[in-house]
Amino acid sequence: MRPIIHIENVGKRYELGRDRAAYATLRESLAASFSDTVNRLLGRGESADSRAFWALRGIDLNVTPGERLGIVGVNGAGKSTLLKILSRITEPTEGRARLYGRVGSLLEVGTGFHGELTGRENIYLNGAILGMKHAEIARNFDEIVAFAELGRFLDTPVKRFSSGMYMRLAFAVAAHLQPEILIVDEVLAVGDAAFQKKCLGKMSEVSQNGRTVIFVSHNMAAVQNLCSRVLWLAGGRIMRDGEPARVISEYLKTTLTTMSQQTWPDPTAAPGNDYVRLRRAAVVPAVAEFEDHFTVRTPLRVEFEYWNFIPGAALDVAVAVRTEDGTPIFSTASGSGQSFPTGLYRSSFEIPGDLLNDGVHRVDIYIRRNERQVVYHLEDVLVFDVFDTAEERRGFFGKQVGAVRPPLEWQTSLIEETVAGSARSL
Amino acid sequence: MTSIPEESPRGLPPPVDLLPAPPDANLPDEPLVVIEQRNAWFSIDLAELWRNRELLYFLTWRDIKIRYKQTVLGAAWALLQPAFMMLIFTLVFSRLAGASGDVPYPLFALAGLVPWTFFANSVSNSGNSLVNNVHLVTKIYFPRLIMPAASVLAGLLDLAFASVLLAGMMLYYGVHISSHILMLPLLVGLMTLCALATGMWMSALNVKYRDVRFALPFVVQLWLFASSVVVPSTVVPERLRWLLNLNPMSAIVEGCRAALFSTPFHWKAIGIATALTMAGFVVAAHFFKQTERSFADVI
Repeated sequence: MRPIIHIENVGKRYELGRDRAAYATLRESLAASFSDTVNRLLGRGESADSRAFWALRGIDLNVTPGERLGIVGVNGAGKSTLLKILSRITEPTEGRARLYGRVGSLLEVGTGFHGELTGRENIYLNGAILGMKHAEIARNFDEIVAFAELGRFLDTPVKRFSSGMYMRLAFAVAAHLQPEILIVDEVLAVGDAAFQKKCLGKMSEVSQNGRTVIFVSHNMAAVQNLCSRVLWLAGGRIMRDGEPARVISEYLKTTLTTMSQQTWPDPTAAPGNDYVRLRRAAVVPAVAEFEDHFTVRTPLRVEFEYWNFIPGAALDVAVAVRTEDGTPIFSTASGSGQSFPTGLYRSSFEIPGDLLNDGVHRVDIYIRRNERQVVYHLEDVLVFDVFDTAEERRGFFGKQVGAVRPPLEWQTSLIEETVAGSARSL
Repeated sequence: MTSIPEESPRGLPPPVDLLPAPPDANLPDEPLVVIEQRNAWFSIDLAELWRNRELLYFLTWRDIKIRYKQTVLGAAWALLQPAFMMLIFTLVFSRLAGASGDVPYPLFALAGLVPWTFFANSVSNSGNSLVNNVHLVTKIYFPRLIMPAASVLAGLLDLAFASVLLAGMMLYYGVHISSHILMLPLLVGLMTLCALATGMWMSALNVKYRDVRFALPFVVQLWLFASSVVVPSTVVPERLRWLLNLNPMSAIVEGCRAALFSTPFHWKAIGIATALTMAGFVVAAHFFKQTERSFADVI
């Protein structure tokens, strides 16, 4: 099938410093060009090239109609730059992209909303900004109002709206955009679970109509559910391109290794003090056959290796595990009160599978003496991500509430049988 | 036992992979859009501007709507600005000038202030339009020219309000109009073009150099005194008159007075002003187009 988006060798270069300075003034610019000239005459200084930074380079990509392409990658990988180029907000420095359809882009929820205008007025304004014709907005008006659940607030200035209402209205307008190509960036980063649920429901509905969707998100569950193909960007280049489950799992592998293990081989430079120093901290799957990234099912082993420098110290290790926002989930301590000779030690414990919720987890370590005195502590010594497994999501894209997520056994039994319709007589 | 419909507890639709494959779309042979680095010389894409006329309309409408929100006096400000200026000018300059001819000085001043206020507000609003709408420039594509243009167009409504005041004053002083008034729409058109050219240029410059934000009010203030608003151009010595001709606004303001008070037009000055405005517009549009592509990166 012929592609609807045909991208050839696209690259985007940003000039660091001068051009990107947020508030360049004429004087700065004059001064900079003067010093540039002087430096060039003297044959020294940074060349123009060393200040240049390629946010995107050598991107070749074809997207066929009806494809739902997800783009993943760490911050700064070039995802947003690619979307901005396709949305024509910024021009590529090199290469070319051909679009064979009308583009609607939603890089932010509520672009162009004005607080002083009413809900009704903003629907028309925002619609026009997103590229809808007046007639198109008028035709969809009732549907937009219904989707946003505006009710009697339709003629209230949006600055009086709650943030949830604001988001719903903004998304409602955008959701009724009818381009052949829909570009969406991280709409799910905002709003509560109910809002996200609604947005994603609408988006999967949109993509059913044969429209091409390009979707950037850090929410892997959403990407996997919504997309038929996933592109992984790193350092401005395409790392992998293909089937969602495979690409996502490969991507997750790389994001994990950097955080879940730390080693300090040199005992003089390792974190610590005159009492103890850390040699290694790691969180690994406790069972060998488990996959390379941790899911909510994976039993995990947390290991620490440390040197003890004080002969006969009664050391123990305490650990606090917290969620991404710092809420403590649990703490645990090795609790051994015996005296240690100097040397290298390893302490570890296991976190059973089916306990942690999905999301980022942070581990703090406390090395204590006599179970009271903290001789050394280090926050965020480990940061690891626990992922949802696809089969457990069942179409729900948001995060389950709670710090832990144990699968609990429920019992339901019949107490007494009644005849249908007889409830009232009871 | 009745079966419970299988649904996720939160009532979400199933993963889209289970949904039917999309129908084969009919793609055009030629791309609708080719995205690449443009090195085009003068290229205002008129067709594209035309396609976006509704956006121009809505942004103009927005500017008008929000301008006097949460003010007590509302659109009356459009009248008060020139009215107060007229009072001040009358107090300060009327005796000093004495050269307003047959026309009473307050009316002379107001006839200059009404077009001037439109011009000055349009230039400063459109000069700041791109910077004040960063969130639009960095998040959505549209022909950027629409932004300063909407600011200028929104000013036309204020001009209409202020004209009512001017008409009232003319009635009060018993000024009769003649066929000269027919030139007025052309002069307003020329003034709009002049404001657009200046606003366009300033807004593009403002994106990169925020100095414009500070310099612009000052420049506009000075420009007022070189635009025959306070005193007629005849006050300026003959040998310096050509300097005044380099400022299209001077000829436009004087032209407006001639149209209203049925005094003779200075055709030569109007001709030069038209030529300069046209040339300025082309240069400003070219400059705008050249810098437009880096707006989102620089702003």
